[in-house]
Amino acid sequence: MRLTFPRMGQIDIPVQTLFTELGHQVVPPPPVTKRTFDLGVKYAPEFACLPFKITLANYIEAIEKGAEAVVTFGGAGPCRFGYFAQVQKRILHDLGYDFELLLLDPPGAETRELLRALRFLLGKNLKEPGRIWRAIRLAWAKAVFLDRANRLYRRLLPRVAQKKAAEMEYRKFLRVMAAENDLHRLELVYTALAHNLENLARLETGRVLRVKIVGEIYMILESGVNFHTENILGQMGVEVARSVSMTHWVEANLLKALFPEHRRRTELLSIPYLTSFVGGHGRETIAETVDAGTNRVDGVVQILPFTCMPELVAQSILPDLSRRFNLPVLSLVLDEHSGAAGVTTRLEAFVDLLRQKREKDEAKAGV
Amino acid sequence: MTTGFYLGVDVGSVSTNLVVIDEKGSIVKKIYLRTEGKPIISVQKGLNQLGQDFKDHEILGAGVTGSGRKLIGKVIGADLVKNEITAHGVAALQVNPGVKTVIEIGGQDSKIIIIREGTVVDFAMNTVCAAGTGSFLDQQAKRLNLSLEEFGGLALRSKVPVRIAGRCSVFAESDMIHKQQMGYKLEDIVAGLCEALMRNYFNNVGKGKEILPPVLFQGGVAANKGIKAAFEKELGYEIIIPEHYEVMGAWDAALLSRKFGKKMGFRGFSLSDREIRVESFECPDCPNCCEIVTVVIDGEPIPGWGGRCGKWEKGVSRAIG
Repeated sequence: MRLTFPRMGQIDIPVQTLFTELGHQVVPPPPVTKRTFDLGVKYAPEFACLPFKITLANYIEAIEKGAEAVVTFGGAGPCRFGYFAQVQKRILHDLGYDFELLLLDPPGAETRELLRALRFLLGKNLKEPGRIWRAIRLAWAKAVFLDRANRLYRRLLPRVAQKKAAEMEYRKFLRVMAAENDLHRLELVYTALAHNLENLARLETGRVLRVKIVGEIYMILESGVNFHTENILGQMGVEVARSVSMTHWVEANLLKALFPEHRRRTELLSIPYLTSFVGGHGRETIAETVDAGTNRVDGVVQILPFTCMPELVAQSILPDLSRRFNLPVLSLVLDEHSGAAGVTTRLEAFVDLLRQKREKDEAKAGV
Repeated sequence: MTTGFYLGVDVGSVSTNLVVIDEKGSIVKKIYLRTEGKPIISVQKGLNQLGQDFKDHEILGAGVTGSGRKLIGKVIGADLVKNEITAHGVAALQVNPGVKTVIEIGGQDSKIIIIREGTVVDFAMNTVCAAGTGSFLDQQAKRLNLSLEEFGGLALRSKVPVRIAGRCSVFAESDMIHKQQMGYKLEDIVAGLCEALMRNYFNNVGKGKEILPPVLFQGGVAANKGIKAAFEKELGYEIIIPEHYEVMGAWDAALLSRKFGKKMGFRGFSLSDREIRVESFECPDCPNCCEIVTVVIDGEPIPGWGGRCGKWEKGVSRAIG
């Protein structure tokens, strides 16, 4: 059975590797385009959030290309993400799309469903645990290098003179990384990128402005829905920091027993301002803004989909944090009605604000 | 002594404004035109009018702002293209160096800009919804057969404003029609609408912002006395409408071009007589499906934009025909 899955940033690369190494045929959904938006908006409820609409359209576009089963995660928290799979399945079945849903719900929620999906995915490999281990190790190593490369790219983009050349190098890296299946060569692919990026001519920038991105994970990682916010900031000469990433998500959510430090950090930083788990990344948004306020970050951009409850709770706390830490915060609420021009206008104005603030702060410090 | 001038253009959704300033920064001439969905034609009209007065003078720099800034910046050859949020903040500071809050309501967007000690420290712009902006007021004034001046004056005469649902302009309109048919006085309905827009502004754009006086009110909607009164009633103090409230963005674009511009890209007032064509298409070369825009002036293409890979910006022009 040909498998597909939802798209989110570069997650398609390790997921495709994992499934292929386990012996499945994979049909990844095509990148997010205008058509993806159109399909999602047409078939999803109007006030569902943008991640719901786009992943629904991902499935449609993948099924059109021959996918027969959708593998996705579920959840049991207050965020609507927990219901995505069930609702999307009904919408698609009503539309006449025929496919199998393999739902990886957390243990305790739909355990039987989880076991069924795992049995299918691992299937004939169960007799060959070495193969499962190798597949997971390769996919995980790719995810780690992808996140590392992304950090490097975000750090260097504001500093290099030829931004388009840097973007081309980064894209080339993504293509090579997707195709490379030898565990021991992944590091070479990464160092080639690092070498090429480091060799690009630098600008005389002085201290570069740093902006931290917080908010809902899907909107942050999928550049096709956030109008390439990180790239726009990088082109404007701003370094983008963030703690949300795909490996972070796996560690903090799927493997939380092995990586309790993520949750401890989030709770430690957020509890003075938000005492309960509000679902999604609401608590992380608060924690990471507090972290930005106490470290050398010039401003925070919160990205959230319209109608997102966890992020709305966080958004209402951000003005208080902004005053307390003297830290400018911009909230970008996005949905299918948002336009690239509006996002760019806000980001440009925000960066102007940060530049002016820094000049003034530095002048004050000089006195 | 020969003096030079600077040109500022603000291309908004509803209006296109042009100003010419002298070297001291004062406005020598201002023009306020309707964009009517044709930004290039309205800019050409404006340039034509300005050309009559300034064609023999040197334009030392040109700045552009507003939602159409990118397109018009390319077309007129601007030295500086600036977003309208920064522009409005800087212009407000020019008028009143002590300003702490700027309320700006334009054709399709409304903004709040918070200024402390002479720098912008926070701002917000309406998202997802345009209820409470100029276009809607325009439309309602037309429906009631009132000019915008009459509309504002009428609102001031009201003693008991009617409560109008202001969350959404479509529902606001149905509510107004309903109230009219219930027999409420027109002035009370108009005043009610002004209050609804004001409430919507504070609940949406102004949410969580610390609004302190002095407050400057600028943008086309500032001409509406009823809206001004509604804001003052809510805030409890007077708000200031600067003399050039309707062209503040354009003024700032001119000021900034005086300050920073790398000079002399301006194509001249004769642009108003040339044939300007805009073409847009979805680039088929990769899955990004970028929407590319190119401008052709008298048959001569200038580099396009909108692409993510950079080839259109380099001046690759698509075969036309």
